[in-house]
Amino acid sequence: MAKIKPSKGAPYARILGVGGYRPTRVVPNEVILEKIDSSDEWIRSRSGIETRHWASPEETVAAMSVEASGKAIADAGIEAAQIGAVVVSTVSHFSQTPAIATEIADRLGTDKAAAFDISAGCAGFGYGLTLAKGMVVEGSAEYVLVIGVERLSDLTDLEDRATAFLFGDGAGAVVVGPSTEPAIGPTVWGSEGDKAQTIKQTFSWDRFRSGAVSELPVDSEGNIKFPAITQEGQAVFRWAVFEMAKVAQQALDAAGITPDDLDVFIPHQANVRIIDSMVKTLKLPEHVTVARDIRTTGNTSAASIPLAMERLLATGEAKSGDTALVIGFGAGLVYAATVVTLP
Amino acid sequence: MAATQEEIVAGLAEIVNEIAGIPVEDVQLDKSFTDDLDVDSLSMVEVVVAAEERFDVKIPDEDVKNLKTVGDATDYILKHQG
Ligand SMILES: CC(C)(COP(=O)(O)OP(=O)(O)OC[C@H]1O[C@@H](n2cnc3c(N)ncnc32)[C@H](O)[C@@H]1OP(=O)(O)O)[C@@H](O)C(=O)NCCC(=O)NCCS
Repeated sequence: MAKIKPSKGAPYARILGVGGYRPTRVVPNEVILEKIDSSDEWIRSRSGIETRHWASPEETVAAMSVEASGKAIADAGIEAAQIGAVVVSTVSHFSQTPAIATEIADRLGTDKAAAFDISAGCAGFGYGLTLAKGMVVEGSAEYVLVIGVERLSDLTDLEDRATAFLFGDGAGAVVVGPSTEPAIGPTVWGSEGDKAQTIKQTFSWDRFRSGAVSELPVDSEGNIKFPAITQEGQAVFRWAVFEMAKVAQQALDAAGITPDDLDVFIPHQANVRIIDSMVKTLKLPEHVTVARDIRTTGNTSAASIPLAMERLLATGEAKSGDTALVIGFGAGLVYAATVVTLP
Repeated sequence: MAATQEEIVAGLAEIVNEIAGIPVEDVQLDKSFTDDLDVDSLSMVEVVVAAEERFDVKIPDEDVKNLKTVGDATDYILKHQG
């Protein structure tokens, strides 16, 4: 039997740089109130959201990703040509073929980097980070670009008062590369497909096939509605506050870290009430900086963690070398939590 | 051992105090969670999750909306506790 040479990677992996892109249009709650019976006070108290960004037609999934990635690459101090793989997590790129990752890899000027998309909802960043760490340590790429990008405004039913105010658009990216010390802890991740119905698309794309068109839902003006994200809010809230605090604790344990050792907590930005509840359950001490980017960003799914990370570093609330717990959770249901050293 | 009515009210009072910051003595059988105790629909989910752990009961989402008062929750727990 022929002997196959083993691949050779780095001893460990770390996040070397982060970048974000927020669309220029800022949308306050007042705009949301034009289509639903609600109030600014209700939206703020139930979700924490004051404003969110919505992308213009020019701010495409690819364009936002290229902007965020350019910043991440510069922050990492490497050249695009050194990137061996590009992993894009998104649920709001509306052409399945080809993957958007290849266009992004090309526009960034990578040297034929491997490129593919993944679909893991609001856990997408953690899933991508875990893949990237594996690639760096295993040796199939020296540097991996992980992008979380969403245009959830395209998947929002503005007439649905349970979700109209929640979602936003944006892109966040990190460069993962070699490290001499552990800087990305073990990932605690999983899926609970028995709860698949709690967050889903209102109807699937194949309903647009001819024949079924007359049965498609229409809006108040009689226009055919695009599929949108719908959820059982209370069920998801309960799962998030009850189960995700446990997963976050498991990630701390897996990394050999106590809440006291932690500098920063960056949970997926789904609802400030979920964040506050987790902080309480985990008994995070006062000194831990908690990301509450949700207030001005809304829920940007896979983009929320890198966007919040970038902002905390930009404002000086967090600093390079800090130890951060990140946890993503959402449609699937899926989740991923890990402890990282900030770039 | 199953909790008595007094123990359940006292337990709920501690939970509501922890989650909504309401003084324990204000938590009485006839009090409405939302109208009297400042427990909104999301805090109510947290109260329910805490009560489930404390009293070893399962309170499914579809039953939560029927628990309007502290008395409703107490009766429910009395009936369903394991
Ligand atoms: C969406 C969410 C904020 C809704 O809050 P909620 O308390 O569950 O809302 P409910 O639908 O139970 O409604 C509670 C009350 O508010 C009212 N309400 C609902 N939506 C409203 C709105 N937009 N404005 C004003 N009132 C509203 C309801 O009519 C109800 O009133 P009632 O008790 O008098 O009947 C909340 O469920 C949530 O954030 N869940 C988690 C979702 C999540 O994070 N998903 C993403 C994971 S990636």
